[in-house]
Amino acid sequence: MSDEKSAHYVAPVTEAAPVTDAVVVSGKPASLWRDGWRDLRRRPMFWISLAVVALVLLMAAWPTLFTQTPPNNGCELSNSNGGPAAGHPLGYTFQGCDIYARLVWGSRTSLSVGLLATLISSGIGLIMGALAGYYGGWVDAVLSRIGDIFFSIPYILAAVVVMTVFSQFRNVLTLALAIGGFAWASTARVVRAEILRVRQAEYVTASRALGRSRFGTLVAHVVPNAIAPLLVLATLSLAASIVAEATLTFLGVGLGGDTMSWGNDISQAQSSLRVAPMALIYPSIALTVTVLAFIMLGELIRDALDPRARASR
Amino acid sequence: MLSYIIRRLLQLIPVFFGATLLIYALVFLMPGDPIAALFGDKPPSPQLLAAVRAQYHLDQPFLVQYYYYILGVFQGDMGTTFSGQSVNEVLSRTLPVTGRLAIMAIGIEFTLAIIVGTVSALRKGKIFDNGALVVSLVFLSMPIFVVAFLGQYFLAIKLGWFRPTIGGQNDWGDLWLPAIVLGLSLFATSMRLMRGSVLDTLNQDWVRTAYSKGLPRYRVIPVHVLRNSLIPVITNSATNFGVLLVGATVTEHIFNIPGVGNTLFQATLKHEGPTIVSFVTVFVIIYVLVNLLVDLLYGLLDPRIRYVR
Repeated sequence: MSDEKSAHYVAPVTEAAPVTDAVVVSGKPASLWRDGWRDLRRRPMFWISLAVVALVLLMAAWPTLFTQTPPNNGCELSNSNGGPAAGHPLGYTFQGCDIYARLVWGSRTSLSVGLLATLISSGIGLIMGALAGYYGGWVDAVLSRIGDIFFSIPYILAAVVVMTVFSQFRNVLTLALAIGGFAWASTARVVRAEILRVRQAEYVTASRALGRSRFGTLVAHVVPNAIAPLLVLATLSLAASIVAEATLTFLGVGLGGDTMSWGNDISQAQSSLRVAPMALIYPSIALTVTVLAFIMLGELIRDALDPRARASR
Repeated sequence: MLSYIIRRLLQLIPVFFGATLLIYALVFLMPGDPIAALFGDKPPSPQLLAAVRAQYHLDQPFLVQYYYYILGVFQGDMGTTFSGQSVNEVLSRTLPVTGRLAIMAIGIEFTLAIIVGTVSALRKGKIFDNGALVVSLVFLSMPIFVVAFLGQYFLAIKLGWFRPTIGGQNDWGDLWLPAIVLGLSLFATSMRLMRGSVLDTLNQDWVRTAYSKGLPRYRVIPVHVLRNSLIPVITNSATNFGVLLVGATVTEHIFNIPGVGNTLFQATLKHEGPTIVSFVTVFVIIYVLVNLLVDLLYGLLDPRIRYVR
């Protein structure tokens, strides 16, 4: 049988490349941030709010780009309630101060209080919320009760008390501490809920299984994946802090009368409302437009980062 | 339901003590000697000073002082203002005024929010909807004192429809302008919530069922849609109660209304620590109770929430 050849037909083997399903990996993989950015950059309101925010930031950082009038020196009583003049487009207050120059210089105060207060409240909120959500158990119980206590005191009222107590240190830092130190409870609640959701994820288990410590996993994997709502809240709380600064200053417990801030401008224009309403209306517009830009920005980012909201539009 | 109420009341205990302790501790830090302030220019003898200190428990450690203060609160004594009036007396005079203002403001807020929010949702994307969205954004970003000044300047001074300041004459009819201001500054959030909530509800099965049963629109919208859309608005008004309190303080100050907020404001101007503590404590207690009340209201609005946990 060994030398017997089989005589059946064998089809010639042609070299053909194996066919597989092709996955084109061009460009970077889709992510929450990438999708959000793609959505955001198509929306005109995003660019408008961003432009307003950039303008105010520029004004706060380099006021001399916008006005030649030095701070606090633009006041001449002879100009009292004067109308617009060359170089002073918005006219003068009852005290004879250049309204436009005060607006420009005041933006720095309003923004620094807003930014500092937001940093403080977001920082405390992130730490309290992350620890409570991640560790659970008695840590959660204690931290959440502390949060409840701070949540139960309206933060502007708390800031009124704090600023009354520390009345001889009325500056930007104490005001930011007074606002941020009491406004963090709602941030902590949101962060805690988000951490609770994230900590169930497989990559958290994987990180622990690979030998990273609990705290290391929290910092390296859980917090970065839970940060999106914090960003939105921070933008909105920046707006709220600017309003809080103006309100507290207006109530007379915020920054002192010699500090240039929009709250002070409005507060001082109040007594001459009948004769010089514009001195009150211009800073009010500046305040409202700035706050509006931050609120719009926060809401647009929130919608862009939320796939459900994106789909329903 | 009863066990839920009891559980919620128990949760209030740490919040109550924590919040009052926090405020008390803050004011305890306040510089200056309250007793020296009490005597004015004439320095008292050391014996008299010690006696008065003992009378107000000021010679005791901080926590003992706090204990006496809380004991007083539980016996219905909220403390004494600097001018010697009891806080209870001041409250019974000022609280009704603020109450009237708050009720009117909430009424205006809800009426506007429900009507505008519903119409916006029913005409989603049309001119009315977009207009309402812009108006609500403007009111959302305008601090309350700006709204108040604009109202005072245009409606009271320019047009003369209202009195620019209120003063001692503060019955329901006198408070229209401050109530409109306060209501408008609260309305934006509620209106936007109402709009979103109505949009959600319109997509529910029961609304489709109601229409396919042949019910007319004027019956479906109020009965089947509105009632079920109210929950987020009511919840928000509870968490927003702090905004209402602060707003009332500012409004009362601008329109010179002798309410609780204005009294608190006057006290901060004069650095009257104990008065501030008492009033902020009263605010916190009201705030916590309102939140409890709203939680319990859910059950009435939404039968699905029954609190059996």
